Amino acid sequence: MSQVRIPPVLRPSAGGLKNVDVSGATVGEALTALIAAYPALRSRLLDDGGGLNRFVNVFLNETDVRHLQALDTPLTATDTILLLPAMAGG
Amino acid sequence: MAVEAPVAPPPAPTADGRIRGLRCRNCGLLRPLAVEYVCGACFGPLEVAYDLDLIGRTLSRDDLSRRPAGIWRFLELLPVDAVPARSLAVGSTPLVTADRIGAAIGVERLLVKDDTRNPTLSFKDRAVAIAAARAQSFGLEALACASTGNLAGATAAAAAAVGLPAYVFVPADLEPAKIEHALAYGATVVPIDGTYDDVNRVCLEVADELGWGLVNVNLRPFYAEGSKTLAYEIAESLGWRLPDVIVAPVASGAMLTKLAKAFDELVTLGWVPAKPVRFVGGQAAGCGPVANAFRDGRSDIEPVRTPDTIVRSLAIGNPADGRYAVELARSSAGSVEAITDDETANAIRLAATLEGIYTETAGGVTLAAVAAASRRGVIRPDDEVVALLTGNGLKTPDAVRYGIESRPAEPGRPGLAPVIPARFSAFEAWLTA
Repeated sequence: MSQVRIPPVLRPSAGGLKNVDVSGATVGEALTALIAAYPALRSRLLDDGGGLNRFVNVFLNETDVRHLQALDTPLTATDTILLLPAMAGG
Repeated sequence: MAVEAPVAPPPAPTADGRIRGLRCRNCGLLRPLAVEYVCGACFGPLEVAYDLDLIGRTLSRDDLSRRPAGIWRFLELLPVDAVPARSLAVGSTPLVTADRIGAAIGVERLLVKDDTRNPTLSFKDRAVAIAAARAQSFGLEALACASTGNLAGATAAAAAAVGLPAYVFVPADLEPAKIEHALAYGATVVPIDGTYDDVNRVCLEVADELGWGLVNVNLRPFYAEGSKTLAYEIAESLGWRLPDVIVAPVASGAMLTKLAKAFDELVTLGWVPAKPVRFVGGQAAGCGPVANAFRDGRSDIEPVRTPDTIVRSLAIGNPADGRYAVELARSSAGSVEAITDDETANAIRLAATLEGIYTETAGGVTLAAVAAASRRGVIRPDDEVVALLTGNGLKTPDAVRYGIESRPAEPGRPGLAPVIPARFSAFEAWLTA
């Protein structure tokens, strides 16, 4: 199981949880499992075409997955996925 | 230290109703002002919404002319309830003609907004003044920021002025002058082993978990509004009209988009005649995710993982407002220019030696972007062009010598002269050698 850290703005859609354990061989599979467990997250995490919402940045441990293999990035059980708003900084 | 996330205050419309709330730029949902920066419905960015009809009925350009200098002249167009009891003297910086630089780069009518003259020597004082005022009204217990450099000093100084502790997060390899600057105001400076984007990621969690006022994270909707005052001042200095072209540095992209918002507000208020303004941005070629998107004709921003440039103040690899900035440049018939470090350093020297204005690297990028946009035909020779010099050269003292060999002065060639014995005759001998 990998762990997904849920930011406060999404916690109401994730049962109030700060961390959720999910299964999946890739980051994309883990997010699919997360959305299956908490369907209210779908409209927040995915766009209309099923792609990742452009206002969400996904980090595997400390690295933006766009610098890895995006949603195809492989996962291990000790990995942490971080979901963070894209609109910060500057 | 046990800290809990702050509880947002109950919906409290401002006394005069001119601020409507925070509106999601993505889905349009409007909500009351709070320490929030992300839409709970769609994750989009929040922006302050005003009732411009109401403001237009209660405020005129003439009213402004009777107010004291500084950004609070534009109070009604900013997301604060009243002029703060304590704040630094920010804004009302000069718009000066720069015809000698203009002549050097082929632009006849070039003006520069000299925003190097703010309390901490950069435009960031404008944004932080508003964030600090909001932090106080929301009852937050600390002011903090993720900084590429200029924001560090601005946040530290504003926190000192209002009496809040300051925590300044910076990349560990930032220019020492900027770190010392923030320390001077009594801030806790936290160097992070990573890029600015790493700093930003840590600060997102700091904001979420500790509830501090992170000026460019959870206070960002308020903070970003501060850049609008640059545009108001420019329009006023021009005699209440808009320039043909405005040229600004692009880091997160927020400034460029806020300049456009401010010009739109002035047109809506009827304070300036409507006219198309071209928006030109400048980025360092060594960290140019927005310039790259412009070049490639796309709006999606491909983040830059490892910035490689002397322009640390613009070195954001994953710019929050990058998409908005590139779309604004494109839709306004402007551009986003990628500037090499050599061009930046040359432009810094040009501004200093031709106009007596010493700007930091972002200002060098901006002036070089004027030249680049002029070569590209985005700027035409007879355009009235306003370039924003957003920070002082004393912040990046090494940049001015970048790319050139340091040679000692000789008679007729300026520079650092050799040590001369303390006699006029010795100097005279050197001068006439």
